[in-house]
Amino acid sequence: MSPQPLDSFMGFAVTFRQLFKKPVTQQYPEYKRPVYPRFRGRHRLHVHENGLEKCVGCSLCAAACPADCIRVVAEENTAENRVSPGERYARIYEINMSRCIFCGYCELACPFDAITLGNEYEISEYSRDDLIYTKDMLLAEPIKKIPVADRELYDTPIPYYKDHS
Amino acid sequence: MTEPWWVSLIKAAVIVNLIMVAFAYTTWLERKLLGRMQNRYGPNRAGPYGLLQPFADLIKLVRKESFFPVAAQHPLYIAAPIISMFTALAAFAVIPFGAGWQIWHYHVNGEIANVSIGLILIFALGSVGVYGAIVGGWASHSKYSLLGAMRTCAQLVSYEVSLALSVLGVVLMGQSLNLVDIVNKQGATIWFVVPQIAGLLVFVFAMIAETSRPPFDLPEADTELVAGYHTEYGGMRWGLFQTAEYINMITLSGLAVTLFFGGWHGPYAPLGPIWFLLKVFAFVSVFIWIRASVPRLRYDQLMRFGWKVLLPVATINAVITALLVVWVS
Repeated sequence: MSPQPLDSFMGFAVTFRQLFKKPVTQQYPEYKRPVYPRFRGRHRLHVHENGLEKCVGCSLCAAACPADCIRVVAEENTAENRVSPGERYARIYEINMSRCIFCGYCELACPFDAITLGNEYEISEYSRDDLIYTKDMLLAEPIKKIPVADRELYDTPIPYYKDHS
Repeated sequence: MTEPWWVSLIKAAVIVNLIMVAFAYTTWLERKLLGRMQNRYGPNRAGPYGLLQPFADLIKLVRKESFFPVAAQHPLYIAAPIISMFTALAAFAVIPFGAGWQIWHYHVNGEIANVSIGLILIFALGSVGVYGAIVGGWASHSKYSLLGAMRTCAQLVSYEVSLALSVLGVVLMGQSLNLVDIVNKQGATIWFVVPQIAGLLVFVFAMIAETSRPPFDLPEADTELVAGYHTEYGGMRWGLFQTAEYINMITLSGLAVTLFFGGWHGPYAPLGPIWFLLKVFAFVSVFIWIRASVPRLRYDQLMRFGWKVLLPVATINAVITALLVVWVS
């Protein structure tokens, strides 16, 4: 027997009270919690406003990648086939998403901000082959939209984690 | 008040199915209530409010591969869950749930079998049910199962003593082992919960241990053992053990209602079976509430509590009741 038998019965009141509270569960597929604005998810490749690709095929991202999941094959731009503003462009740009660890080093290494990490995290597939993202896929708008928290919410003089939780 | 044999047969079929449905929704209720007590939702995907969850579980369990441990003793391995299930279902036969009705020109009793030693029959079936656990654990040919089975038997056997002794007071006051007589006596005088409150408390503790539910769920002890005596069981064989456990809980709740809370008698309206159902529902909810609130006992605490607290209290209660009954009459 417990030394304080009455305290054992207090526990019953605690559990009973919870019955009338709203559960804290977030019902995921229906409700998607907004991610942090700098959340590192699926990659994006970007284009200039005039339609040329930002990527110049320098392979610095591939060099910086600790998981070695980026493959870049560059080719010279010619007058009749100009893809990027630089001398060369990426003929093949592949990211193997089953190896990527979403560290964001590619983003840091890129001299032209051509590759960034987006917010999408629902990128499961049934086949590993489907996880090798080609250049077309990375250039296109992502199909699934993820709610992103307001950037202003975190853009405060005091770091967010200091006055929350 | 005899009835033709085929009326009993129909009633038995109906009651067995009703109990299975009650079992299915007891699992649903348990998961829902536990969830809400832990600030979760519980099952809410299959059907509205997760009401189809028991059926989803059933389909999943039935469709699972039926595997055998290589060294398992096959006939006994298969028989063990069936024994558990049979005893659990059979025990409900003697519990009265209504006053009896006149339907057309047949009299239909409010219980399946009016056995003159109904109470002893229930305890006997409970004791046979222990074989389900020990045979299952032994036939699995696994040391985890065997040790789990020994644990289970030690617990069930020691708490059965207190369970049987705790109702002795009720038997003395009702002056019968027939559950129908005991209910009628309570309807005529007073619910036995008032004079037999000590007996009720012992009964409830022993009942929780007997159905191996938290805080006395040593036989399964999810967080400590793999699963106790049904470690090597899977699919619907495991499901049968689980079903037997829940049906035991419903049956013993029904027995508690019968012995201490006036069975199908109610304070206001003569609703009969509905009163009985409501009381059983309340009892089952309390079981779940206890599960959500109390941590599991240690094995030595379990044994000490059973032999040094429950047994003396039950014995003293029985002796005092006997003296009072003799003195009053």
